[in-house]
Amino acid sequence: MPWILDGLADLHGALRADGYTVIGPTYRDGAIVLAELASADDLPYGWGVTLEPGGYRTRRREDDAAFAHSAGPQSWKPFLHPPRVKLWEGRRTEDGGFSIETEEETPPRYAFLGVRPCDLRAIGVLDHVMIGGAHPDEAYGARRTGAFIIAVNCTEPGETCFCASMGTGPRADTGYDLVLTELIGEGRFLAEVGTGAGAALLDRIPREEADEAVTEGALAEVAAAADRMGREMPEPEGLRDLLAGSLDAARWDDVASRCLTCGNCTMVCPTCFCTTVEDVTDLTGEHAERRQRWDSCFDLDFSHLPGGSVRTSGKSRYRQWLTHKLGTWHDQFGSSGCVGCGRCIVWCPVGIDLTEEVAALREEQEERRD
Amino acid sequence: MTAMTPTPYRVVTRHAETHDTVTLTLEPCDAAIAPVRPGQFTLLYAFGVGEAPISVSGTGPLLDQTVRDVGAVSHALTVAGPGQMIGVRGPLGVGWGIEETTGRDVVLAAGGIGLAPLRSALLYALEHRASYGDITLLVGARTPGDLLYAAEMADWRGRGVRVEVTVDRAHSGWDGQVGLITTLVSHLDAAPDAVAFVCGPEIMMRLTARELLARGIDDVRISLERNMRCGIGWCGHCQLGPWLLCRDGPVVPYRDAAPLLSVREL
Ligand SMILES: Cc1cc2nc3c(=O)[nH]c(=O)nc-3n(C[C@H](O)[C@H](O)[C@H](O)COP(=O)(O)OP(=O)(O)OC[C@H]3O[C@@H](n4cnc5c(N)ncnc54)[C@H](O)[C@@H]3O)c2cc1C
Ligand code: SF4
Ligand code: SF4
Ligand code: FES
Repeated sequence: MPWILDGLADLHGALRADGYTVIGPTYRDGAIVLAELASADDLPYGWGVTLEPGGYRTRRREDDAAFAHSAGPQSWKPFLHPPRVKLWEGRRTEDGGFSIETEEETPPRYAFLGVRPCDLRAIGVLDHVMIGGAHPDEAYGARRTGAFIIAVNCTEPGETCFCASMGTGPRADTGYDLVLTELIGEGRFLAEVGTGAGAALLDRIPREEADEAVTEGALAEVAAAADRMGREMPEPEGLRDLLAGSLDAARWDDVASRCLTCGNCTMVCPTCFCTTVEDVTDLTGEHAERRQRWDSCFDLDFSHLPGGSVRTSGKSRYRQWLTHKLGTWHDQFGSSGCVGCGRCIVWCPVGIDLTEEVAALREEQEERRD
Repeated sequence: MTAMTPTPYRVVTRHAETHDTVTLTLEPCDAAIAPVRPGQFTLLYAFGVGEAPISVSGTGPLLDQTVRDVGAVSHALTVAGPGQMIGVRGPLGVGWGIEETTGRDVVLAAGGIGLAPLRSALLYALEHRASYGDITLLVGARTPGDLLYAAEMADWRGRGVRVEVTVDRAHSGWDGQVGLITTLVSHLDAAPDAVAFVCGPEIMMRLTARELLARGIDDVRISLERNMRCGIGWCGHCQLGPWLLCRDGPVVPYRDAAPLLSVREL
């Protein structure tokens, strides 16, 4: 049954009382970032954003909506799959060998407050990569299973959003403990339950039953958001084949003439998971460490082999990124690697837009066919 | 202990194969890694230097690993003497699948260090000699001095393997063949239902596989090399088209690899 919450202070308080570190959107230095929320007052009430290829600006809204700001520069990825982690430490032993120790860190208990549907799906995609295979990353698994997820249905898609065409939004389907829909202008939220843990939490805070008209009205707002997406991915069902058949496309030269191979798109993407490892020693050579950090397929060293990197041209690196994201991700992990959040478009310094690149590849393919 | 933690092994013997390549035999300090199938690899860790993916080139519970010195990690491994500790993660990847190809002729074609992963398949077939038809080993090396396992070849011949060797450049005293390995393939006498395992530089694998297909051998499997930072599907570095080669390879059917290998910089 849906409920109405008057503000989010009680919800936030209950999460804190349960020992969660509550992470959510907050206004900081001209952007809506994800950070620890000391109280529900830290939410970015009244802030909206203006998005365009290569551009992000916050703006004051006429209302005091908390979640009417589209996807920001960060996703939830850094919390679940941190940019840097220490994997283990090694020490020389007396007999000339070495011993290796892994620290048993207590995983943080995060409550994610305000996970947009695109980002919720991105967490599902990341789960599949990180813990869905033969060698699950247990540290990720611990952070992930400990997390309490409060999604928020989207009523405010941006100029660069295309989750509707990717089938990931604007309404969250599964994967949350609770899902909110903001009744914009009222300071109230419709709350629906996804799990037993979500229901138990709601039981402990003041709430009202939502009547049918309010529920329907709120969800109609969400459904209407699907038509206000600034972008659309053309024919998403055919992407795997399109990309597999476009390895020799001329369009890659065109995009390479614009792309700076800076890797921003991979850093902001909520599903890009690639890492590298660094082995370091201290000056005595007695103590060694292996660290893992995010890496990018745009980095020249990414494909390093003793005889030279495999992908030296910018063209081959952009092709690798887009082909993986939209095409071979299906082969490797059984879904698309793109959820339509639009971050890579916004944070690309030269405004490269993957929906446009796909449209061009499609056009080229059709020309080749004729 | 996580999937990223090396298991301590110790060098039992170090055998210099050539001026830049050694075969280390490793034994576990305590617990061993799971049994290794022919064609699988491990990530070998030299303390403080780093890890490199290295094929297992034997079949026993002790790990034979043949390493060519080409950079920081492989150098540290090639200078490791008896008693030295090496970290091991594995076994990783899918192997040649020779366990399932019983009853058929076996062709193994190697270029350079590519013989290392093939040796495990060869030894496996010899240990189960009655289960296989004719076994042919074709080896290409730059010079006679670059030949790996030279001392073992007589033994392999004695156990019924047809071993043919060719070099790019010979010195005086070499009475073997000089030229491309594809020439050896063109003289091959193997049944069309033979299975062929090929490992070497990518261009050598493509030319060899094409020649094998031309000889009517359809089941050609190659072992590919890409950068590997994790070996367990975490890091994304080993991608080639639809594959994560540490997980779906390094051995793949040539038929599926051919269209990918023909695209530059894929
Ligand atoms: C599945 C598989 C099986 C293999 N089996 C064998 C085998 O049985 N035997 C064998 O000898 N080899 C094998 N190889 C190849 C072997 O893994 C490489 O030769 C080895 O990784 C080289 O590592 P290295 O540190 O010695 O050299 P590299 O690190 O490649 O060093 C080469 C040079 O590049 C520099 N360098 C290192 N890393 C980078 C970087 N990221 N960016 C730029 N420069 C860099 C180094 O400083 C060095 O000077 C196999 C590879 C794979 C994928
Ligand atoms: S590829 Fe771009 S739009 Fe798709 S999920 Fe990644 S950042 Fe978002
Ligand atoms: S597409 Fe844009 S963000 Fe991505 S690497 Fe190229 S220039 Fe950077
Ligand atoms: S080596 Fe890391 S994913 Fe294959």
